[in-house]
Amino acid sequence: MAEIINEIDNGEIITKELSLHLGPQHPSSHGVLHLVIKLQGERVTDCQPEIGYLHRGTEKIAENLLYHQFVPYTDRLDYMCAMSNNLAYVMAVEKLLGLDIPDRAKYIRVIAAELSRIAGHLMGLGAWAVDLGAMTILLYAVREREIVLDIFEQVCGGRLTPTYMRVGGVRYEFTDEVKESCRQLVKMLPGKLDEYETILTGNRIWLDRNKGVGRISAQDAINLGLSGPALRASGVKWDIRKDEPYLVYDRVDFDVPVGENGDCFDRYMVRVTEMRQSVRIIDQCLRDMPDGPFASENTEIVPPPKKDVYTNMENLIHHFKYVSSGFKAPKGEIYSAIEAPKGELGVYIVGDGTERPYRLKLRVPSFMNLQALNDMVKGQYLADVIAVLSSIDPVFGECDK
Amino acid sequence: MTRFDKKPELTARLKDTFHNNILEVSDFRDDLTIVVDKGALLRIMEFLKTDNDFRMNYLVDVCGADYLTRSPRFDVVYHLYSIFNRQRIRVKIRVNDKETVPSVTGLWSAANWPERETFDMFGVTFEGHPDMRRIYLAEDWEGHPLRKDYPLRGYKDKYNPFGEEKE
Repeated sequence: MAEIINEIDNGEIITKELSLHLGPQHPSSHGVLHLVIKLQGERVTDCQPEIGYLHRGTEKIAENLLYHQFVPYTDRLDYMCAMSNNLAYVMAVEKLLGLDIPDRAKYIRVIAAELSRIAGHLMGLGAWAVDLGAMTILLYAVREREIVLDIFEQVCGGRLTPTYMRVGGVRYEFTDEVKESCRQLVKMLPGKLDEYETILTGNRIWLDRNKGVGRISAQDAINLGLSGPALRASGVKWDIRKDEPYLVYDRVDFDVPVGENGDCFDRYMVRVTEMRQSVRIIDQCLRDMPDGPFASENTEIVPPPKKDVYTNMENLIHHFKYVSSGFKAPKGEIYSAIEAPKGELGVYIVGDGTERPYRLKLRVPSFMNLQALNDMVKGQYLADVIAVLSSIDPVFGECDK
Repeated sequence: MTRFDKKPELTARLKDTFHNNILEVSDFRDDLTIVVDKGALLRIMEFLKTDNDFRMNYLVDVCGADYLTRSPRFDVVYHLYSIFNRQRIRVKIRVNDKETVPSVTGLWSAANWPERETFDMFGVTFEGHPDMRRIYLAEDWEGHPLRKDYPLRGYKDKYNPFGEEKE
């Protein structure tokens, strides 16, 4: 005992500083996160994330692929809500090309992005709850997430990695059957969210573990580059969907929830409310979606449907050109950002006039948000690290790129 | 786009304040880019952050780009955003290999990790950074993968039989 306790200061026992490694293989580190935590008793004095275990060199890969070949790789960034990553990338390429897409495609994209926001938040919430001991929520959340994934499967055949969006529009028609499935989700989900809230929002354990934990002020949050629900929980009302509306977000009516205290509980409330708003957005888009083509009719960028390729020489040429050499994008550089479930997901592309990006940089929210972890947990208990980490909701496919 | 556009005024203000330190201004697809002198970077960044017309209080990202044949070889690119004015701006500086860049971590703590990433991927060192080391790759990794002269499959060693031979 004598060598562990160094001194007793004002009745507080100062022990030898302990260095604890959490992860990279740990069920509650949400992937391959490695935390080096310095402990003074149960209190955290320093917490440094070590990342990079899942680094695959996505940006280097992108420099060596045609613009349209990179879309499937974006699925593997934030694999909990792959549609949003698709959207961020294809919108960036479209901005570089100066391409406008049909209205119907815009509505479809908004629905797909909001569905993926629901899927992402559900998984984040479920994992968070199970980390803090509420197993039920995980099972409920995954059950509802399954319905969203079923819609993805119905619309494009893929569940986790859909690659539904393409430069110029979307890949497949958004059929009436899919619309019907979405309507059922819209009808069902608010009730399910009420169920979660009944279990969590007033729950003594949930409140004790989250209220006042991992607090961060609005100024610090901005300074640390937080975005998405983590920033809004601190009271900063900034949502790219509202402030720099893309697609049809300026035509739909929705609210941006903000928190007050910037603690874990506020981050939870923001996420739950955001899912309710997503349901509202989907409902309006289903109602307002016009008829028309679901992808641009520029045959250089969107190849003709397969059945036409077999019957028409011209279309065969377009198809062949698209697959073998892609399309050229102009010289110039652009940055385009969307509000992904985790925060600002931006893509910076330097085009050099060829079919491949000269440089592609992904500004990923998980990476930037995780920086704030140390500031959030300093001085808190070790057990709170888990709650704070879950409230940031990092995904390592995205964080490590 | 409903965003109010006051880019001409902003560029005029910048040019008035910093004259020759603003090397280039361009506007492509609604993105405002300024290329600035490395020596004046911190002054310009502080101006952008604190000036009432700009109030670029949010650092979105820091990244690099390698133009192998050009001299100076690298671009270091900063994306800034103003939550008040909903305005974005891209600031770039050009540096040569083995040159250091002043770190902006003093202005935005958010620059900490992206600057480490830029160092990791391009080998651009940031002066005044609190913790300048690799972030993704292992400490003993050789080379900087996003440089254009780094092979796509890496270099051949006992862990990577498909890599290229080192010369």
